[in-house]
Parts: sequence; C-alpha cells; structure tokens
Amino acid sequence: MKIWKTGVILAATVAGLLAADFKPAVVFDMGGKFDKSFNEGVYNGVEKFKKETGISYKSFEVTNPTQREQAIKKMAKRGANPILGIGFAQGPAIEKVAGEYPNTKFAIIDMVVNKPNVQSIVFKEQEGSFLVGMLAAMASKTHKVGFIGGMDIPLIRKFECGYAQGAKYADPKVEVIQNMTGSTPSAWNDPSKGGELAKAQFDRGVDVVFAAAGGTGIGVYQAAKDAGKLAIGVDSDQNYLQPGTMLTSMVKRVDVAAYNFYKSVKNGTFKPGIISLGLKENGVDWAYDKYNKNLITDKMKKAVQKAKADIISGKIIVHDYMSNNSCK
Amino acid sequence: MDFFSFNEILSIFSATIRISTPLIFAAMAGIFSERSGVVDIGLEGKLLAGAFASASVAAVTHSAWLGLGAAIVIGLILSLIHGFASITHKGDQVVSGVAINIIVSGLTVVLGMAWFHRSGQTPTLPNDARFMPINLYGVDTISNIPIIGDIYSKLLSGYNLLVYVSFAAVALTYWTLFKTRFGLRLRAVGENPKAVDTAGISVNLLRYKAVLIGGILTGIGGTYISIAQNASFIKDMSAGQGYIALAAMIFGKWKPIPAMFSCFLFGFLEALSMRLQGVSLPLIGEVPVQLIQASPYILTVILLAGFVGRAIAPKADGIPYIKER
Repeated sequence: MKIWKTGVILAATVAGLLAADFKPAVVFDMGGKFDKSFNEGVYNGVEKFKKETGISYKSFEVTNPTQREQAIKKMAKRGANPILGIGFAQGPAIEKVAGEYPNTKFAIIDMVVNKPNVQSIVFKEQEGSFLVGMLAAMASKTHKVGFIGGMDIPLIRKFECGYAQGAKYADPKVEVIQNMTGSTPSAWNDPSKGGELAKAQFDRGVDVVFAAAGGTGIGVYQAAKDAGKLAIGVDSDQNYLQPGTMLTSMVKRVDVAAYNFYKSVKNGTFKPGIISLGLKENGVDWAYDKYNKNLITDKMKKAVQKAKADIISGKIIVHDYMSNNSCK
Repeated sequence: MDFFSFNEILSIFSATIRISTPLIFAAMAGIFSERSGVVDIGLEGKLLAGAFASASVAAVTHSAWLGLGAAIVIGLILSLIHGFASITHKGDQVVSGVAINIIVSGLTVVLGMAWFHRSGQTPTLPNDARFMPINLYGVDTISNIPIIGDIYSKLLSGYNLLVYVSFAAVALTYWTLFKTRFGLRLRAVGENPKAVDTAGISVNLLRYKAVLIGGILTGIGGTYISIAQNASFIKDMSAGQGYIALAAMIFGKWKPIPAMFSCFLFGFLEALSMRLQGVSLPLIGEVPVQLIQASPYILTVILLAGFVGRAIAPKADGIPYIKER
C-alpha cells in the first residue's frame, strides 16, 4: 500500500517536473524574426502556440554565423526544452549541442540531423515550387519565366528545379532563366543585387520572376513592381508586399511545423527522426488571397488545383533535386 | 545566340551605371579624405548609415528629400567622429574607420528593430517617397530614331536623379581638387602637412573640411542605395560597396576621373557576371556559376597586378599630423 502511494507521489512529482520543465526556446537565424519570409513564419507559429497555451518562450536572433552554436548551447544550459533551430545552417550546431544535452529535445527545420533527441523537419519545396512554376508559365506572355535564388546551395536548387518542372508542365515551350545571387551568406541580404538580377532577366524577356532569396527577394519584388512585371514570393505569404504585381507565393508552412513541434513535446507525442512535409501534409502550398485574386484566372486556378491533386495522389511525381544533386 | 545583341549590350551598360553610382559617391568621398591625409576605411559604414537614415526618415515623413538630408547629417556626424578620433586626437585612422563600420552595422539593426519592429528593415516606401527614374528631355520623340534613339532612351535617360548627381560629383571633385586654392591646399596637406603648417594654414581644419565633404558624399551614396535603388533599408545592404569603392579609388590612383572609370569597371564586371549565369558562350560553353561570380575579383587581381602600375598614395596618407614632438 505504502509503496503504491509513494509510487503515485513519485509519478506526480515526475509529471510535475516534466510540466515545469517545458520551457520552449527558439533560435532564429540570420535575417531575423521579422524577415517577412522564413523566420517570420516560425515566429508566427511559436506566437500562436504562446497565445493558445499561455506558455512563453525564449528566443534569440542570430546576427552572425559564430553565434549559432553559442546561442543554442546557452538555451540548453539555461534549461530550455524543447529547442527549435531554424535553417540549414544551424544543422552542425544542433547536432553538437544535442549530443551534449541528450535529455533536451531539439528540432531543426530544413536540415536533417541524426540524433535520438532531434526531430528534423524538412519540406518538399519542389512540390510547392512546381505549382507556382505552373502559374508563372500560365501568366507569362513572353513564354519566359525567371528564377532568382539566394545563396547557391542544394536547397535553393531544389526550389528552382521544382519551379522549372512546373513551368514546363504547364507550357512545354517555356524558357526558364535562372540566377543565383551569390555563394556566400550575404546573398540573402542583397536587395540591390536582387533588383539588378531581376532587371537583367526582364531585359531578356522574362515577365514573371520567382525569388527564393530571403531579404534579396525584397529587391526583386520592388524591381518587378517598378517594371510592371509579375513576381512570386516565397516561404511566407508575401502577396501583400507589392499588391497587384505579386502573382502568388510559394508558402512553406514553417509556422505549422514550429507550432506542431512545441505541441508534440507538450503532449508527450514527440518523435525524433525525419518529418517530411509536402502538399499532402499541407506543408507547402501556393498562396491565393485578396491581393492576388485579380491576377489568377479561373483557368489557372483550376489547372493548379488539378495538378495539386495529381501530385498528392502520386500521378505527377516531382523530381527532388537533393535526391541526386541534379535536376534530371 | 542573342547574348551579344545591341539591346543586350545597352542593358549591360545601363546596369553598369546603376551599380556604379554608390561606388562613385564613396570613391569621391575617399579621394577627398585621403588626399588630405586621412585614411577612410569607414566608407562602408557611412554608406550603410546614410542608407538607414534616409530610409527611416523617408518612411516617417514620406519625403525623399528629407531622407537625403538626414543621410547627409548622419554622414557629417560620423565624419566628425572619425575626425575627432584621428585628427584631433591623432588616433589610428584605420582603427577609427573600422570602429565606425562595426558600430553602424550593429546600430542600424538595433535602431531599426526598436523603431519599426521589422528585424532591422524599414517599411517599404511608396514611389513618391523615393528618387524615381526620370526621363530626359524629348526622350519619347528621339527614341523612335534607330540606334541613336535607343542609346539616348536606354543608356542616357531613365535613371534617378542621384545617378546624374554622381557625375556632377566627379566633375566637382576634379574642379575642387585641381582648380581651386582649397584643393591645392588639400592636396598639399596630404603630401607635406609640415609645409602647409609653416605657411600658416591649419592642417587640422583642412583635414576636417575634407572628411566632412566625404561625409556629405557618402550620405548621398547611402541614400541612393536605400531609397533610389531599393525601397527600404535592409540590414547590411551596402554589401561591401564601401570597400570596393576604396579599391576603385586606389585603382584610380586617387584621381577623380580615373577613379570614376574604375568604379565603372567594377560595375561592369558585376553587371556582366549577372548576365553570364546560365548562358552558354561561343566556343567555351556554359561556365559554372561560381567561376562567373568570382570573375570580377579575379579580373581585379589581374588588372591590378599587370596593368595599373604602381599606385602611389598621398605621402602623408594615414599619418596623423603632430606639430611638435
């Protein structure tokens, strides 16, 4: 009897401890939590969690590559659990800190880290990019569509590859012109160069351009607006940035991913390993709202919705650049 | 392959001019400062600060001109700080300049977060709060004439006001340095401050004037980056252009007109590298992106090593003036 009682008390204490131990933290990456794009999506997700549960979270904005590991380690040291890391660049840091703090639960978005206490959340960007590629090709009058990537890394090639496949699917005659902004992290924050790249593409006849380039994209959307061409946003719904010339956005639901991660840890349903979110899981999508309603015709909408259903059912298979580091 | 078509070439040249503009402002600022004997590594920071100031003020007041004014004021303040440390107190000029760069890079983001809550970005400006492209006189009629019309409408017209100001700045810099008494004294103070001092002219005052002129020019350059070329401030958006301007200035041997041309060269290589991506060239085929992106730097090294000859700095450049030991 007594043992049973002690057991109950112990269990209660453990449960209490666990609940008390739920101190979520998030480490935003370069670009900052109001980048109108990737980081801001995560911010919206964790804010939603905070509003619903009343549990506040710790956060840090990395402004310099050397801060990543320090920031994550500091969070772990101060007893934060779970910890959410954002962006492929935080991969090595998460891997190291997760090894040092095996009882802390981690998640990383956009990168795979093989540790028993890490959940790796990756997206099937190629599927969402496929859909916006279709829209671009259908909206283009010149049969030339453009792509501007940020830093030249496989992840961004994955966007490009999906986009090109979608454009070709909708219009086999279409020509896809692609540019990368640079090969260093400053390529995410160079709107002047983004604008110039866009102008160079417009000069070559492009009339719809998709930018997957973080802050550099702001310059691309501005150039599109100034030149009266169409642009496509990325990660968050960026249609509102330049209403009237934003054709759509390739939305990556990082907010849902962040929210679900916190929730799963809180409910005790956390599972380490890879979670891959595509169209089927609502992880990626194209944005349709009041800002771009007039740019999307019913025909375009129908074609995209059909393709979306076909991708979900497996009728269309979108090639993943990262599976063989090639777009073929 | 239509890569080398007439229109393509015009588009490369007009991109060259757009990219070169902030470089020209910063290079002229550097020339004033260094000709007087004060090394100015802080060009980058001053450009960035100017970009931030003009975007912030333009966002609040919806006036591009007030933004420009604010950028110039910030440029002057930073120049005064630089002067105070390195002219009045004879500190190390490079250290003071680097300090400006670091402070600005951090401070713009912190202030931007505090004021606008957008991770250091400023709100996107409407067109009437920016310097927009202007059409030169009679562009609509002339553009119908083949070739000449194209050159006029695509290469000479259609930039924003500050682009034309940058050309004026080069002419003014040349005139000031080589045709005025002030310019003569300025050059003398950068070569042999002792002689200037002996003649009864204040070395420090001259140097202060030089760095302040530099502050005005970098302020205009920063304004160009944030509210003419773009429509908002984004952190670190000067992206190393201050350093490239410094290189262009050395490349141009501290002379305004050669420096302007070396700015054009850097701008041209940048514009070219943007257009060469994914294009297959005759005989060579498609060149890897990384090589194309590195090409401006590779060519710079080759040109510097082989074609420019020795770049001789003003003799007293970087040496604080000490009257008596």
